[in-house]
Amino acid sequence: MTTTSLTNPQGAGRAGDKVFSGAALAAGCLILAVLFGVALFLVIQAIPAFTAPAEDIQGGQGFFAYIWPIVVGTLIAAIIALVIATPVAIGVALFISHYAPRRLASGLGYVVDLLAAIPSVIYGAWGAAFLAKEIAPAYDWLAKNLGWLPIFHGPASSTGKTILTAGIVLSVMVLPIITSLTREIFLQTPKLHEEAALALGATRWEMIKMAVLPFARPGIISAVMLGLGRALGETMAVALVLSSGALTASLIQSGNQTIAAEIALNFPEAGGLKVATLIAAGLVLFVITLGVNMVARWIITRHKEFSGAN
Amino acid sequence: MTSTLTPARKRSALTKGQLPKFAPYAVLAVALVLGAAILALIGFNAFGWGIVSAILFAAGLVGWSAAVEGSRKAKDKLATCLVVGSFLIALLPLISVIWTVLVNGIPGIITPGFLGTSMNGVTGVYDNKAVEGGAPVLGGIYHALLGTVQITLLATVISVPVGLLTAIYLVEYGNDRSVARAITFFVDVMTGIPSIVAGLFAAAFFFAVVGPGTKTGAVAAVALSVLMIPVVVRSSEEMLKIVPNELREAAYALGVRKWRTILKVVIPTAISGIASGVTLAIARVIGETAPILVTAGFATSINNNVFGGWMASLPTFIYTQILNPTSPSNPDPSSQRAWGAALVLIILVMLLNLGARLIARVFAPKTGR
Repeated sequence: MTTTSLTNPQGAGRAGDKVFSGAALAAGCLILAVLFGVALFLVIQAIPAFTAPAEDIQGGQGFFAYIWPIVVGTLIAAIIALVIATPVAIGVALFISHYAPRRLASGLGYVVDLLAAIPSVIYGAWGAAFLAKEIAPAYDWLAKNLGWLPIFHGPASSTGKTILTAGIVLSVMVLPIITSLTREIFLQTPKLHEEAALALGATRWEMIKMAVLPFARPGIISAVMLGLGRALGETMAVALVLSSGALTASLIQSGNQTIAAEIALNFPEAGGLKVATLIAAGLVLFVITLGVNMVARWIITRHKEFSGAN
Repeated sequence: MTSTLTPARKRSALTKGQLPKFAPYAVLAVALVLGAAILALIGFNAFGWGIVSAILFAAGLVGWSAAVEGSRKAKDKLATCLVVGSFLIALLPLISVIWTVLVNGIPGIITPGFLGTSMNGVTGVYDNKAVEGGAPVLGGIYHALLGTVQITLLATVISVPVGLLTAIYLVEYGNDRSVARAITFFVDVMTGIPSIVAGLFAAAFFFAVVGPGTKTGAVAAVALSVLMIPVVVRSSEEMLKIVPNELREAAYALGVRKWRTILKVVIPTAISGIASGVTLAIARVIGETAPILVTAGFATSINNNVFGGWMASLPTFIYTQILNPTSPSNPDPSSQRAWGAALVLIILVMLLNLGARLIARVFAPKTGR
C-alpha cells in the first residue's frame, strides 16, 4: 500500500484529498448560501405586503403605518433590557474575573451560564405567572409618586403585564450573554498593567478603573451590542408577558408590541396577505438585528489584536 | 460608633488608619438588626429585609471607611459592595425561575400518565370535571416529547456535518483567504439571527418550494439548523485550532495525506471538545419556541412522521397551554400541564449541559503527563 502510494501520485489518497477539501469548501459556501437565502426568501414572500393596496393591510393604512409602532415597541423593550442588564452584567463579570476567590471563579461563571441555558419560553412563563404579579404593586407606587413622568403615567396595569415587565425579563435573558463576553475580555487584561497599577499604590477599584476598563471598552461596547441583537429578536418573553396593544409612552400600562411577539402571536393562524405582512415584519427585524450585529462584529474585528472576544 | 468598636489591644503603626479585620462582619450584624427593625415597622417580608439590610450594610461600611481610612479606600469599598451586589442580583432571577418551575411543575409531573399520554381527545370538558369534581387531570406530554426529540435529532443530523466540515475548512484549508474570512464573518452574523426570523425563513422557503402552508417537523428542523450551525462551527473551530501543529506535521512527515491526517489525527484529538460543543448546541435549540411555532404548528396527537403533518414540541406545548388553555374557563389544569412540561424541559436542558461537561472531561485527549 505504502509503495503504491509512493510511486503512484494519482492514487486513492489524492482523490480523497480533493473530495474532502471540496466537501469542506462546499459546506462553508452552503452557510453563505443559507444566509443569502434567508434574505432572498423573506423578500420573495414579503413582496405582496409591499405591493398590496394600503387598505388591505391590517390597520388599513398600509404596511408602513402597521410596522412603525411595533418597531418602536421593539426598541423600547430592548432599551429597557439593556439599561438594566449592562451595569449588572459588568458588575458580575468583574466579580468573577477580579473579585471572587480564584477557586470559586469558574464555578460561579458556570452558575451565570445556567441563566443562558434556561429556555426562553420558561422565562416567559415565569414572567407572566410570577414576576408580573409580584411587581404590580411597585407599578402602582410608581404611578402615584412619579406619575408626572410620561413613562410612568398611570393608571398602572393591575396585572403587571406591561412592556417594563417584558423588558425586565429580557434583561435577565441578555445578562448572561453580556457577562460571558465581558468576563473574557476582563480576563485578558495584561497582568503587567494590573500589577503596575497595584504597585503604584492603587486600590483594587482604582486598578480596575485605570487598567481593566480602558482596555476592555471596545469589548464592552460590542458585548452590549450583541446583547441588543438578542433583546431585539427575543420572542417568547414578550409574547407571554406583555398584554399588547397600541403604542403608548407609559411603560407601566398594558400596550405596545414588539415585532417578534407580533409574528409569534399571529403567524400560526394567519393566511394569505397576513402571512406576507408578517414575513415582511420579520424581514424588517432581520435587517435591524443584522445591522446591529454587523456593527458589533466590526468593532470586535477592529480591536481583535487587543481583545479575546473573537 | 467607631469608638465603641475599636479593639482594646494596642495596634501596630502599620495597620493604623485601617478598619479592623472584623469590620465587615460587625457592620453586617448591625445592618441585619437595623433592617429587621425597620421592616418590622412597615410590615416584614424576607425579600425587603435582604434589600434594606444590603443597603444599610453598604452605607455603613463605606461611611465608616470614609471616616477612618479616607475617600480612596471608601470608594474601593463602595465598588466592592456594588460588584458583589450585582452578582447577588443576578442570582435572584435564576433562583426564582428554578423555584417557580419546581413548585409549579412537580404536581404536573407526578400526575399518572403525564409522560406517557398525549393530548389527543383531551378537551375542556375533562378539565372542567377535574376542577369541579376532583377527577384526575388528564393528558400529557408524550406527543410533545416525541416531537421535540424527532425535530432536534433531524436538526442535529443536518447541522453537525455542515458545521463540522465548515470548521475544518476554516482551520485546515482557509489560510485566511477571502472566502474563509467571509464565512467567519457571516457565521458570526448568523449567531445573531433572531430565532423567529430563522423560523420565518424556513417557512418562507418551504412555502415557496413545496407549497403555501407547508408545516411539518422537517421545516422546524431546518429552522433549528439555521440556529444550530453557527454554534457548531464556532465551537468546533475553537477546538480544531488548539490541536497542536506538531501533530499535523508529524503525520505529514510520515507521508500521510492531508485528509487522512484530519480524519485520523486532528479530529480524534479534538473530539471531546467537538462533542461537548455539539451537545451544548443541542441544549440551545431544544428550548427554542418561536421557530417551531411558525414552522410545525401545534398538534395534540402523536405524530411519528417528521415529513408530514403538524407536530408538537415541548416549548410550543408550554406556550399554547399557557396562552390558549384547553378549557378557557378553568385554565388551572392547563397551567399545571404547562409547568410540568417546563420542568421536564429544564431537566432535559440541564442534563445536556451537564453531559457536555462530562464529555469534555472524560474524552479529553491524554496529555501523557
